Amino acid sequence: MFSFLFRRMLVLIPTYIGITLAAFAFIHVIPGDPILIMAGERGLPPEKYAELMHAFGYDQPLWKQYLDYIGQLLQGDFGNSFVTGRPVLEEFFELFPATLELSFFALFFALLIGIPAGIYAAVRRGTIFDHSLMTISLTGFSMPLFWWALLLIVFFSGYLGWTPVSGRISALYFFDTPTGFMLIDSLLSDEEGAFKSAVMHLILPAVALGTIPMATFARQSRSAMLETLSEDFIKTARAKGLSPFKVTMAHAFRNALIPIVTVIGLSVGVLLGGAILTETIFSWPGIGKWMVDSIFRRDYPVVQGGLILIATIVIIVNLTVDMLYGIIDPRIRKEGH
Amino acid sequence: MKKSIIAAAVLAGGMIMSGQAMAAKTLVYCSEGSPEGFDASLYTAGTTFDASANAMFDGLVNFKTGTTEVLPGVAESWTVSEDGKELTFKLRAGVKFHTTKGFTPTRDLNADDIIFSFNRQMDKEDPYYKAANGKFEYFNAMDMASLIKDIVRVDDMTVKFVLDHAEAPIIANMAMAFASIQSAEYGAQLVKENKIGDMNQKPVGTGPFQFVGYKKDSVIRYAKNTAYWGEQPKIDNLVFSITTDASVRYQKMKAGECHVMPFPNPADVAEIRKAEGITLMQQEGLNVGYLAYNTEKEKFKDVRVRKALNYAINKNAIKDVVFNGEATVAKNPIPPTIWSYNTSIVDDSYDVEKAKALLKEAGVSGFKTNIWAMPVQRPYNPDAKKMAELIQSDWAKIGVEAEIVTFEWGEYLKRSKAGEHDTVLLGWTGDNGDPDNFLRVLLGCMAKESGSNRARWCNDDFEALLQAALITDVPVVRSALYEKAQQIFKREAPWATIAHSTVFMPVSDKVTGYKIDPLGGHFFHNVDLK
Repeated sequence: MFSFLFRRMLVLIPTYIGITLAAFAFIHVIPGDPILIMAGERGLPPEKYAELMHAFGYDQPLWKQYLDYIGQLLQGDFGNSFVTGRPVLEEFFELFPATLELSFFALFFALLIGIPAGIYAAVRRGTIFDHSLMTISLTGFSMPLFWWALLLIVFFSGYLGWTPVSGRISALYFFDTPTGFMLIDSLLSDEEGAFKSAVMHLILPAVALGTIPMATFARQSRSAMLETLSEDFIKTARAKGLSPFKVTMAHAFRNALIPIVTVIGLSVGVLLGGAILTETIFSWPGIGKWMVDSIFRRDYPVVQGGLILIATIVIIVNLTVDMLYGIIDPRIRKEGH
Repeated sequence: MKKSIIAAAVLAGGMIMSGQAMAAKTLVYCSEGSPEGFDASLYTAGTTFDASANAMFDGLVNFKTGTTEVLPGVAESWTVSEDGKELTFKLRAGVKFHTTKGFTPTRDLNADDIIFSFNRQMDKEDPYYKAANGKFEYFNAMDMASLIKDIVRVDDMTVKFVLDHAEAPIIANMAMAFASIQSAEYGAQLVKENKIGDMNQKPVGTGPFQFVGYKKDSVIRYAKNTAYWGEQPKIDNLVFSITTDASVRYQKMKAGECHVMPFPNPADVAEIRKAEGITLMQQEGLNVGYLAYNTEKEKFKDVRVRKALNYAINKNAIKDVVFNGEATVAKNPIPPTIWSYNTSIVDDSYDVEKAKALLKEAGVSGFKTNIWAMPVQRPYNPDAKKMAELIQSDWAKIGVEAEIVTFEWGEYLKRSKAGEHDTVLLGWTGDNGDPDNFLRVLLGCMAKESGSNRARWCNDDFEALLQAALITDVPVVRSALYEKAQQIFKREAPWATIAHSTVFMPVSDKVTGYKIDPLGGHFFHNVDLK
């Protein structure tokens, strides 16, 4: 297990060099610079423009800016936002809990519905349930998130009035948020109704964001289950007279888990990507919205730092998934011995 | 365990809380974006000004809400020297800075605060200047540093601005967000604590509301400043609920989650007009969208060609298609809401035959050109590409073949500034309600050098009128000069003036006293809730 982890870690070094280079190149390839964008139609006197470009170091050759940036990163300094002047890390950790909370519940929703539905469809292969589930999940998978989110708002908030339209909690509440997780902070706040408000605000964005992963999970668990259900050991288990439930859950499901865990791991990237749109629509103050704003403002330090931090999260998740394989299937961790 | 901050703010305001909390009036404004910070001098975005200067700060002078009229602010009066080069402000006594968690003022506002507020934007040795790398965008853009030579402390309550040259609009500039008065005492405290950045994060002003807190990208909370020198706000709490998507903002409005929202989606306007419990306020915006002819290019040197192209454009069609009919066709380079707007000007009406005749007279028979279309949506032009396509087809009717060109926004501004275009679509939103802020910035000879004059047009007669209007501060005289300048503009046609867009403001019927600000800001200190 240890050497397995070590090998995985080694791969991270070139990965990180690639990520920093990509993050740096990405924002610098977009034309325009932060000072030009900020000045807008008004413009700036040329000497003032030159003074500012120099003060922020944007007049240096790109390779030098990149090396300086790497030097900074190695000291754990992500720099300050060009726009707000605050440290990038500080802003990231202020906003990240919101994204994490949303992604967690979106994932929870997707797993809760997607996997049981997929398993059931596999067991009842060819029935009406199976066909309709596959149709629904295909629709869910191909639905434009932007449109789906607006549709949910218009129907559940606008027409039925069941859920609030947007935000993390009613604007009338205002309390300290020590953990950044609204469900926890609202409980800690002692404000009447705050927790309920936070829960109600979470439902629609979590459903919207969880829809695509849910469809993926349903399809993936169906096909993984179908494959294992046709294996010989299942037939043996059935022949031994085990109950259908035990055959499905204890024998088939456990063996179908690997491909399912893989898609769950991969879906974290999808969730973070989807979070950008979901957060924008639902005014959810997370890192997705933060990144979008920063790209428009050419806030170099935030875009670069944000991309690197998000990539780190995806890497950590994938590493965890790799380790989970080892636990689920001992053959994997023995590989290479 | 955690005391409600609202309650804390009310207590700080000196109210006595009995066992039962008082029914506080809280107005929720669904703002369109996050503020970049709370130190307005560092930024140029209206969204930032609403959250900072408009709610929490005063200038030496302030705009009267809903107008571009200048009223005394923390200065109770001012005088201008005969040569217009010295402005002396007499400060108001008893103006108090906000008391916040991190700062308790020990004195009332005085001349030091005024000097501090401006010096930090122009003195390269000032620690705030250094911390911001001199990034005081508006101060730079208005070229204030070369205008203000010195700021003199005459006595505790009097300050004198010594100017390099007379410039009448400077009084209006003093009411702008970048000229908000900051506390010198707070500034010094932050330098001592090595927390200069806090001026931008934990603002302290003298305005009608004071800062309670900001949850990034989500909510900003303000409380009434009970020590305000002017009329007290009628609401107790002001909340900005940040909602970037226009359709979602409207859904929130419908659901009663906010009382006021800016910038509705143009497609929603018709529905909002019919919506129950919501009043749709509207006003002409203080803006102009235009097409500038690059008069340095050979083909546009002849005024008859420019005029012909103007006659060929069907502006009413543009109004209907690009603005959904919600705009005013522009005939002058300044909007009708600005003083000195010349109503007697006759526009170049849509007349294809006249356009053809003028081209013939100029000896031109069809030519190739380009139309630059902005890649972004702006208040004065919601869809530049569509606008360019309409103009393209209009010009095709008189034999002018135009190619549509576009660039990324920053690049677009840079290249058009350098004069690479034949014709370019752009526009302007006024800063201070002064005609000078349109005419000289966009059409003056100096602006040709700096690039903001996209027509690259410099007319001596026009320029002489603008200069004459700068050195007098008698409104009637200035107005007459600008009216005359507009005649020259129309005759010479450096631009095709396209439209002034309409500003819409859906307001809940529970709200009273809200006024649309012609300068595009959003103010709540005169607003009440039913």
